[in-house]
Amino acid sequence: MEYLINTVLLALLAVTAGAIAYLRNLFAAVMLVGIYGLLTAAIFVILDAVDVAFTEAAVGAGISPILMLAALALTGREQTAPTSPSGAGIAIVLATGGALVWGTLDMPYFGDPLAPVHVHVAPRYLEGTLSEIGIPNAVTSVLASYRGYDTLGEVFVIFTAGIGAIVLLGNRRGD
Amino acid sequence: MGVAGVGALAVLAAMCLAMFRALRGPTVYDRILAVNHFGTLTVLLIAAAGFLSGRPEFLDISLVYCLISFIGTVAVLKFFEYGDLGHAGRRDRPPAVRESGAP
Repeated sequence: MEYLINTVLLALLAVTAGAIAYLRNLFAAVMLVGIYGLLTAAIFVILDAVDVAFTEAAVGAGISPILMLAALALTGREQTAPTSPSGAGIAIVLATGGALVWGTLDMPYFGDPLAPVHVHVAPRYLEGTLSEIGIPNAVTSVLASYRGYDTLGEVFVIFTAGIGAIVLLGNRRGD
Repeated sequence: MGVAGVGALAVLAAMCLAMFRALRGPTVYDRILAVNHFGTLTVLLIAAAGFLSGRPEFLDISLVYCLISFIGTVAVLKFFEYGDLGHAGRRDRPPAVRESGAP
């Protein structure tokens, strides 16, 4: 059942991505970006990554379509006709995509319990998270505590970026 | 297959229909409605999946998704009404959509 849900969701995701690339009406593309974010969030919930799904729903389905709409308000709603694709570009894209697919062939099967990522440090976190951290969700405990300095650094970066944006843009209202 | 499984399948089918409407349009409001509908269906799918896997505590997440979907729809509609997201709500400025040139 979960397999079926994942299959349908991933198929819808592929359809959405293709339509975003194909559509010339940019407003429709922005709306599809919102659907893309919702689908990704649903897949994350199915995969038990609840906090990642929260972030994806807030950013991917909530904020980024609104930012794109604000950009559309400053530009236009129709994409200009693209230049005809060159043969060399298509060849490079196909070769790169083929190399990436080829690179996945010797990776462990999806969800394989014996994959290196699941036997190296993950068991230690899974065993210690309740006694050491006290958070029942292992992903949250890794993000907020085991990897806490990294998350703190991310907060610094976002805070600095916000200050920079305020300094650059904040005083222009009176002009 | 239990009730939650049947519900999840129905939600998936409805997602395909909403996707069709978002792709075809033809008007802007069809697409807005499709995205709003898709948000609702995502909430329902998360709820159904929670009961499928025996952990209905994920219902809280679907409630937050409801809020995000609502705010997103309001923002899109506000953009279409006023052509601007930072608008206070009165029609004392022309819509910015058709303007060109000046930043």
